[in-house]
Amino acid sequence: MYVAVKGGEKAVKHSQRLVTKKRRGDTRVPEISPDQIKHQLGLGLDRVMAEGSLYDETAAAKAIQQAQGDLTEAVFLVRAFRTTLKRFGTSRPVDTTEMTAFRRVSGIYKDIPGGQILGPTYDYTHRLIETGPAPDENGTGPDQPMPSLPDKLPRVMDLLIKQGLISDAPSALSPEPGRETEEDLTRQPLTFPVSRTLRLQALARGDEGFLLGSAYSLQRGFGLDRHPFLGELKVGVATVCFTPPELGFEIRIGRIRLTECVMVSRQDDAHGRAAGFDTGYGLVFGQNERKAMSMSLLDRSLSDTDKNADADTDKAAYPAQDPEFILSHCDSVESSGFVQHLKLPHYVDFQSELVFIRSRGNDQAPTKGEDG
Amino acid sequence: MTVSYNFAYLDEQSKKMIRRAILKALAIPGFQVPFGGREMPLPYGWGTGGIQLTASVIGPDDQLKVIDQGSDDTVNAISIKHFFQKTAGIAITEDTETATLIQTRHRIPETPLKKGQILVFQVPIPEPLQFIEPKRPQTLKMHGYEEYGSMHVKLYEDIARFGRIATAFDYPVRVHHRYLMSPSPIPKYDNPKLHRSPAVLLFGAGREKRIYAIPPYTDVVSLDFEDYPFELEHWEGACAVCGSTQSFLDEIITDDNGTRVLICSDTEFCRKNAGSSQP
Repeated sequence: MYVAVKGGEKAVKHSQRLVTKKRRGDTRVPEISPDQIKHQLGLGLDRVMAEGSLYDETAAAKAIQQAQGDLTEAVFLVRAFRTTLKRFGTSRPVDTTEMTAFRRVSGIYKDIPGGQILGPTYDYTHRLIETGPAPDENGTGPDQPMPSLPDKLPRVMDLLIKQGLISDAPSALSPEPGRETEEDLTRQPLTFPVSRTLRLQALARGDEGFLLGSAYSLQRGFGLDRHPFLGELKVGVATVCFTPPELGFEIRIGRIRLTECVMVSRQDDAHGRAAGFDTGYGLVFGQNERKAMSMSLLDRSLSDTDKNADADTDKAAYPAQDPEFILSHCDSVESSGFVQHLKLPHYVDFQSELVFIRSRGNDQAPTKGEDG
Repeated sequence: MTVSYNFAYLDEQSKKMIRRAILKALAIPGFQVPFGGREMPLPYGWGTGGIQLTASVIGPDDQLKVIDQGSDDTVNAISIKHFFQKTAGIAITEDTETATLIQTRHRIPETPLKKGQILVFQVPIPEPLQFIEPKRPQTLKMHGYEEYGSMHVKLYEDIARFGRIATAFDYPVRVHHRYLMSPSPIPKYDNPKLHRSPAVLLFGAGREKRIYAIPPYTDVVSLDFEDYPFELEHWEGACAVCGSTQSFLDEIITDDNGTRVLICSDTEFCRKNAGSSQP
């Protein structure tokens, strides 16, 4: 007689033990610490904090270690921790002109007030895997000392607005009063049509790879018919200020690394608007220029669709123009979960399909009866 | 970083929000209520919607049963049971009759449910019209206008091609003669169990952040046509373990030649049935 398979409980326990073992790896190699991850794998840490929507370096470093460096898994760990945290209030919106920028570039003006700051970037390194001893960080620099970093930099966007070149000043810089504190993507479902506040929240925590690929598709003509320009890309440290109700005055609660990006592209005069530049905005935790730039391109293309919706031509021709397509599919925790749930047993549904296929006359193997 | 978790993981505010959504869902049977779904420590697709519902209605005295594919012992059912044992210290049972709360994926137990029991379904895609119209604003309108013709057309196309309706699981139903609803990916064999069930039936979709419900004793009708009535799967043979011909049977491949035996998908029902027929 057939005996049904048992042992799920035991298998799960063994699997968890194996994960722990695998994570530690060869014990002859010293174990790394979250501190090492925090200081030496900073860009990975930034990505986990950004997609995890939680600026907590310790949690992110521990998550990266626990996930064996699988950043999407680390994002998931951070999210599951974040969701249990208490919300104690809303900070004052960060003023990015007061950021201490250690990197700032513009692709549209050769010289901008405050200057271009190249800062630490891989852009002009040659991607050769370094052999031999690590280069001395104090060694082969230029003779002149680095100039000190400015505390305050005007936004390139503001310069364009002053010249009347922006066809519609974006709402992120002049927020809809009262709205930005009410809407929180982590507390409410995403419904369509979606406000810009929620759209930017979704993009800011969206999967870097998905946003990058989608933005790239725009550039290749799947949604953009013109070359966009980088108005400004800035990476720096901003101060977060909060007024606790019991104190009644504002205090500084911390400093966070941010990447801010503004993309501009030409907008011809139409629908009663003057010619000028349209903008897209990106703001991401940590240093993540690829993500901030992709986010700005998508913010722009999705707002185009919103505008056209008023003009009653709301058909998005390409995926990266469709708010529902981009925003419903950009979350790595959601997409990773649903794609991988196919690993779960589907015996019953598969059986239903089998019954249907067999009923279509496709039955070759014998079935044993009750006493088989 | 010290972390302590509330009873059944979710904080009380979140549970209250979810219970409000449940009440709304019960008041409008079959209607998908959007809710502020929380991120859970289990992945989306593993039953986060069902887990949130269970976490919101469970109390210290509840007897929890968790099944996946009808079985109490599949890895995901085990994992979810561990979760509630760990976060709520809850009593676990495999007995359908004594369980007060049952969380399920893809099956309804063969043992009939009773008044007072709650059955929580894990739902991957709550929108029954999703594969006809993927755009949510559009399906909202279709539900609003009770415009379900396209679903009938889909079933009709099956009949035109195969001579019968080809949907084998997640077979669409009308609830209380109004909303079209996905019963979750249960086999259509289980659909009649939804009709006028004395238990409270709750459906949770975590990733899609929607909850819907069927209150007890509600009419639930599987879509069909007068000349092509809704029909159930049937098997040539009986369960190789308990001999039942009255339950959903899984095929098990027993050798390289593809020889198969049939076994009850509901393991608890099968064990009880085998115990009573073969003492």
